[in-house]
Amino acid sequence: MKDDDIKNDSNLTVEVSQTPIADYPDWRKDDKSLTNAGLSEEEQDWFCDARPQPAKKSWQIMENFFNWARSNSLWILAFGTGCGAIELRPLVTARYDISRLGMQPRPTPRQASVFMIGGYVSIKTLKRIVRSYEQMQGPKFVVAVCSCAINGGMYWDSYNTVKRIDEYIPVDVYVTGCMPRPEAVLAGFSKLKELIKAGKAEGQNLYAEKFDWYKENQKSVIKDWNMPDYNW
Amino acid sequence: MSIAFKVFWAFISLGVVTVWGLTLNGMVHKIFARVQGRLGPPVWQPFIDIIKNNAKRTAITHGIMFYLGPVFRIAGGIGTYMFIPVLFGSAYFSNFSLSGDVLLVMYFIFFGQLGMALGAGEGGHPYSAIAVSRGLAQMTAFEVPFALSVISLVAQYGTLNITEIVAAQQGGFLRWTLFTNPLAVITAMISMLGMNMYNPFSVVIAPQEIPIGPPTEYHSSFLGMLATNRGIFAGAKLVLFMNLFFGGATNLLILMLKTFWIYMFSVFVGAAYPRFRTEDSIRFFLTYPTILGIISVLLFSF
Repeated sequence: MKDDDIKNDSNLTVEVSQTPIADYPDWRKDDKSLTNAGLSEEEQDWFCDARPQPAKKSWQIMENFFNWARSNSLWILAFGTGCGAIELRPLVTARYDISRLGMQPRPTPRQASVFMIGGYVSIKTLKRIVRSYEQMQGPKFVVAVCSCAINGGMYWDSYNTVKRIDEYIPVDVYVTGCMPRPEAVLAGFSKLKELIKAGKAEGQNLYAEKFDWYKENQKSVIKDWNMPDYNW
Repeated sequence: MSIAFKVFWAFISLGVVTVWGLTLNGMVHKIFARVQGRLGPPVWQPFIDIIKNNAKRTAITHGIMFYLGPVFRIAGGIGTYMFIPVLFGSAYFSNFSLSGDVLLVMYFIFFGQLGMALGAGEGGHPYSAIAVSRGLAQMTAFEVPFALSVISLVAQYGTLNITEIVAAQQGGFLRWTLFTNPLAVITAMISMLGMNMYNPFSVVIAPQEIPIGPPTEYHSSFLGMLATNRGIFAGAKLVLFMNLFFGGATNLLILMLKTFWIYMFSVFVGAAYPRFRTEDSIRFFLTYPTILGIISVLLFSF
C-alpha cells in the first residue's frame, strides 16, 4: 500500500478536529496569527498565537564573535528516537569525551542549542520532535544521526515512519551510517561547528521563513494534531 | 573616603570576584572530569557558555516573577558579596563592610534562593517545583549548623563585624579560627558542603533525575544571568568562609590560594561520595553538625 492510498483510506485516517481557515469570520481572513485550531477554545487562550519571525542578526563583527561562542558551547538535546541514541553514551564518557570540545548534554529543550535526533522517527515521535524543536531558543541547530532519519533507512516502506526528517524541521548536518560510530558523530559535530562559524547554520530563520510549508508537511502526517500551531 | 570612591572600588572588586569565581567553576569541572578519567572542558568554558547564552536571539517569558527570579538571585549574590570585606586592611577591597554585617550576609545568602524559588515556580515546570522544594528543605537544614557556628564565632570574638573577626585572627596562622575554635569550623565546613551542592548534597540539581533543578525553564540571557551569579555567589561564599575561619587575606594572591583550597574541600568530598536523598541530607545536617555546633556555642558562651 502506498502512502497516498493510506492518506485516502478513511479507515486508516483519524478524524481531525481542525477547523479550516475558511470557516473563520471575515475579519480573521487577513489575520496572519496562528489559529491553534487543534486545541479546544479554552486551551487556545493558554498559548501564544504569534508566528515565529526570522531573527535579526547583530553587527557582523559581533555576529562572528557570537558564532565562535555558539560553536564552542554546543549544548545537546539528545532525542533518543532510535538505536542511534546508544552512540551518545560513549560520546560523553572517558573514551570520546565531548566535554573537552565544550559540548554537554542538556536535559531541557529551553537551554539546548543542538537538537540531536538519534534514529528513525515515527509519526508519534515526530509530534514530540516538533514540540521540542519549537521550544528551543534560537539560534538552534539540528543534527540527524543514522540512515533512518535521512531516508527512512530500513524503515523505508513503513507506514508509520517519517522518511526525510528535513521536510518537517530544518536539519543542519546529517550523519550517515547504521549506526554511525562515535567518531562519525564527532565528525558531524565538527562539521556543524564549521557551519556555525561560517554563519551558515541558520535553520531557525529558515523555519520561520518557510513556516507554512513546514506546518503543512507536519500536519499532513500528524493526524491527531492536538497542540498549538507553534510551541513557544 | 568618599562614597563614590567606595562604589567605584566595590564594582572593581565585584568584577574580580566574578572572574575568579567563574574560573574556579571551570577548574572544578576540569577536576571532576580528571577524576572520571576524562580531559574535561577548558577552564574558560563557563565564560564561553555565558557569552553564548547572552547571545541567544530569542527568549520567552512566563510572567513578571519569572523575570524577577534571576534578578533576585543575582541581587542575592551581589548583596552577599557587597557586605563582605575582601582584603583585610585594604582601603580598596573592603566593599561596604559595616558593624553587624555577619547578620546581613547570612540573610543575603538566603535571599537569592527564595527569589529564585518564586521565579522558578512561575515557570510552571513540575521539575522546577520539585527541585525548589528539595532545595529549600536542604537549605533550611544546613542553615542550622551554619548559624550555630557563626553564633559560636560571635560569642568567641564578641563582635558581629566581619572586619573585626578578621582582625582578631591576625598574627600567625595559629590565631585563625580553624585553630582557636575548631568545632565551629568543622560545623561550618560541613554546612558548606550543602551550600555548594556537590555530592553528597547534590539532589537539588540532580542531573540524572530532575533535569537541571530550579532553572529548568530558564534559558537565554536569564540563564546567562544565573550562570554569572554562580561565579559571584561562589566567590562571595568562599571569601566569607576565608574571613570567618581562615584568617582572611591581605592581598589577592593569598585570597586566591585560600579560596581555592576551601573550595577544594567540597570538590574532593563531592568527587568521592555518592548522593544523599533529601530526607537523608536533612537528617544528617540536623544531627552531627548541629550537635557539634551546639557544643561549640556552649564552649564559648560560658
